[in-house]
Amino acid sequence: MLTFAVSRLLRAGLTILFVMTFAFVVLRLSGDPALLIMSVDAPPEAIAAFRKAWGLERPLWEQYLAYVGHATTGDFGKSMRDGRPAIELVMERVPATLAITLPALALKIGIGIPAGIYAALHRNTFADRLTMAVSVAGFTMPSFVLALVLVLIFAVTLGWLPASGADSPIHAILPIVTLGTAGAAIMARFTRSAMLEVLGQPYIRAASAKGVTWPRVVARHALPNAAIPTVTIIGFMIGSLVAGAVVVETVFAWPGVGRLLVSAVANRDLSVVQAILMVIAAWMVSANLAVDLAYGWLDPRVRGASAGGH
Amino acid sequence: MTALLKAVDLCRDYRVHTGRGLFAAKAILRAVDGVSFEIEAGRTLGLVGESGCGKSTTGKLALGLIAPTSGSVRYRGVAMPPTGSPPWRELRRKMQMVYQDPLGALDRRLPVGVQIMEPLVIHGTLLPNEHRERAAAVMEAVGLLPHQFDRYPHELSGGQRQRVVLARALMTEPNLLVCDEPISALDVSIQAQVVNLLLDLQDRLGIAYLFISHDLRVVRQVSHDVAVMYLGRIVEQGEAESLFAEPAHPYTRALVSAIPVTGGGSRRERLLLQGDPPSPVDVPTGCAFHPRCPFEVAQCRSERPKLEPLPGGHPGGRRVACHRVGEPAFRVAA
Amino acid sequence: MAAPLLVLRNLTVDFHNGERLSRAVDIAEFEIGAGEAVGVVGESGSGKSVTWLAALGLLPTRASVGGSVRIDGQELVGAPAATLERLRGKRIAMIFQDPSSCLNPVHRIGWQLSEALGLHRGLESAAAQAEALRLLDQVGIADARRRLSDYPHQLSGGLNQRVMIAMALAGQPDLLVADEPTTALDATIQAQILVLLRTIRRDTGMALVLISHDLGVVAENVDRVAVMYAGRLVEEAMGADLFGAARHPYTQGLLAALPALTGPRQRLTAIPGTVPDPWSVSSGCRFAPRCPVAEPRCAQQPPPSRRIGLLHRAACHLAVEAGRSVWAMPQAAE
Repeated sequence: MLTFAVSRLLRAGLTILFVMTFAFVVLRLSGDPALLIMSVDAPPEAIAAFRKAWGLERPLWEQYLAYVGHATTGDFGKSMRDGRPAIELVMERVPATLAITLPALALKIGIGIPAGIYAALHRNTFADRLTMAVSVAGFTMPSFVLALVLVLIFAVTLGWLPASGADSPIHAILPIVTLGTAGAAIMARFTRSAMLEVLGQPYIRAASAKGVTWPRVVARHALPNAAIPTVTIIGFMIGSLVAGAVVVETVFAWPGVGRLLVSAVANRDLSVVQAILMVIAAWMVSANLAVDLAYGWLDPRVRGASAGGH
Repeated sequence: MTALLKAVDLCRDYRVHTGRGLFAAKAILRAVDGVSFEIEAGRTLGLVGESGCGKSTTGKLALGLIAPTSGSVRYRGVAMPPTGSPPWRELRRKMQMVYQDPLGALDRRLPVGVQIMEPLVIHGTLLPNEHRERAAAVMEAVGLLPHQFDRYPHELSGGQRQRVVLARALMTEPNLLVCDEPISALDVSIQAQVVNLLLDLQDRLGIAYLFISHDLRVVRQVSHDVAVMYLGRIVEQGEAESLFAEPAHPYTRALVSAIPVTGGGSRRERLLLQGDPPSPVDVPTGCAFHPRCPFEVAQCRSERPKLEPLPGGHPGGRRVACHRVGEPAFRVAA
Repeated sequence: MAAPLLVLRNLTVDFHNGERLSRAVDIAEFEIGAGEAVGVVGESGSGKSVTWLAALGLLPTRASVGGSVRIDGQELVGAPAATLERLRGKRIAMIFQDPSSCLNPVHRIGWQLSEALGLHRGLESAAAQAEALRLLDQVGIADARRRLSDYPHQLSGGLNQRVMIAMALAGQPDLLVADEPTTALDATIQAQILVLLRTIRRDTGMALVLISHDLGVVAENVDRVAVMYAGRLVEEAMGADLFGAARHPYTQGLLAALPALTGPRQRLTAIPGTVPDPWSVSSGCRFAPRCPVAEPRCAQQPPPSRRIGLLHRAACHLAVEAGRSVWAMPQAAE
């Protein structure tokens, strides 16, 4: 178990380094930030001064090493726009994003999993087909369309909820519902297929043959096994808690990380984009790590892998 | 006379992980360990043993589908060319493989006739207009009807699918077929059909078989000679009828006595083994069979027995790897 | 025979697939006495497993079961779920083909055994633990205490089947239905499990239904044998009568299709054709299309179940004489 954890940690570190390098290379290849920020007709001396101030005149590999070196200490440089530390700018937006994505996650799990289990247990009945039809509608609709539909109904027509902004907790409701709907639909579908797969396993029939009552077969024999693949999708959803709300935040003018990313990209604010990518990468890698550890906890075959020969 | 296929001292190692992750311990699994055999033209060598004994790996080594870690395979006295090389491809026409699961070996989206002609397309031996003719002839030889040429695999029964697989293997007129559990997936009544077909084909076309199976009854039915494998090694080898009538190695004796009989009454020797076969990663010292052997002595634990002719001049060129097989008391002890 | 333990009457199982309906099982009458060991033999699709899953109410909802199955007079077909749940494992236990996938991978062996003990005997914690140890000991598992905290993937197939048997014994059932219990196991392990089943039957006096495609496995381990073909019982007799003097052409064909283990090798008698499509409807004998002595009436009228001797019945229009095989007749083409 210890070597398992250590190897996973190492892999996580490598992933982050890879993301860092990738972000650096792609951002430098896509254009000269000095020209973009200063505008093309700025005097050459001003551009040179800007380049010097941000270290852009040095060779690329030197910039890269400096960037990686600083990044390991948590320093992603200063925003090229307002001069504040980039990481600070990002971190102060994280709570706002979590304020809508965390309740949305609760919605996805709280609605998606029970719906999926219900559909699987009532396979091919009207209830199953209805659940799955709703689910297909839920995850095929792009989130900005759903957002606009919700705004149209609840803000414009009924006037119950605000259409955008972040002034009160009420403002969070529509973004949360928008995010939660698609996720719950995916969750329901995934849970249903995981559950059906498990219900078809010989050990389920063997448990029934043993005399175990059906509710107990479902609760004690089927669910723990169906939980194993379901954790993957939950991990994926947790991984996207920080980065998954870009569109919704933009539509609802919610001041989260997503909106910061959109404006930083538009402004060519390299340090901020890099800092956001790093925060997202670190978050996703941690979520993956958590999933792996959860696997070990849920699935004894992963835990005691040394017993298996092949 | 040189044998059609001669394998000398074949070994094949696999590196296996004994754990998970980047730093998991690795170990060497010796799937096949010093296996030698000969197959003469038109004859059948049966290869028996339990799961994990290395019999399927031996089959793949014989065809050169995988390269041996050490040892050699010679076809008509010529060394097996490196796997994948043009001369090896050329040789593949003469040696074909038939697998256990006919549905898995066939492409579900193609009519079986097209699949039967495939080897000719690959090897490009005949003119394209002759392919269909040859396919029709081979289909008839394996008992398929002409109208089944356009059928898809799922439209045929298990026995018919295995005939398709056989027909495909026969298209290039091979001298040797390696059959890996060719009838295990079939129902009893269909097994007999395929066994008879294999024997008829051998009679008519003079094909040699390396017949790999865990079913001793069927192996006895089709084989001239039999080799019994345990944990990667041949422990007993000899002419089929005499080997099944008078098995000498304790493992063979246990295998033969484990075959349930329908006759009733005339019960043969009963030799019930304890425990499971050990993991091939961790082969016991000395004779690999000693932890399960009822006749095991100190020598068995320390010294690996060689495959040697049975003392006292046994018929059928019997060779056995057992320290105690020569002792007079040993035969009675069971 | 005293009052039988279990009686099947006019048992039918139909599977629905859209508009189509297939009759998987159609058994007029079958009885099992207390403590009796009965073998059920048949190929895939014969309904040999479905019969018993139907009796225990373990089939999916798209199967409809008709007729009657009574254990000590209590009706099982159409019984409420609660009644069946109380019966399963307690009066009738069942074990299956692939033991390693029949045990729940996320629960320890001890947990799974204790669950059965809690259900059927009301044993909790320490008492359940002690009884679980005793059961593992009874099924010949060494080092039982350590095995209790193992997971199924840490055990071999043979050990897992022993665990399944221990779990079946937990409810002290009157009848154990063993559905191909050794098919997934190696020959030497199969022999161990069959010996274990015999020992347990001797010690507990429970009745056994041994379902197998392997005539040999059945022959050695039961008193009476029933042969099924395409959902119907074709022949039923005491073991020696069936294997020595089979009267139904299908039974005779199955026996003739089995390669001999001793004596000179002879060409196998292969039953031509294949098992009928389960969706096909036939009013007559289901075996008629493959039968070498079929007459016109065989295809039209269902064959009567004729009593041939004490406990020997065969469902065939023809009165095949004892000691005469329809497959040895000249018209028995392949």
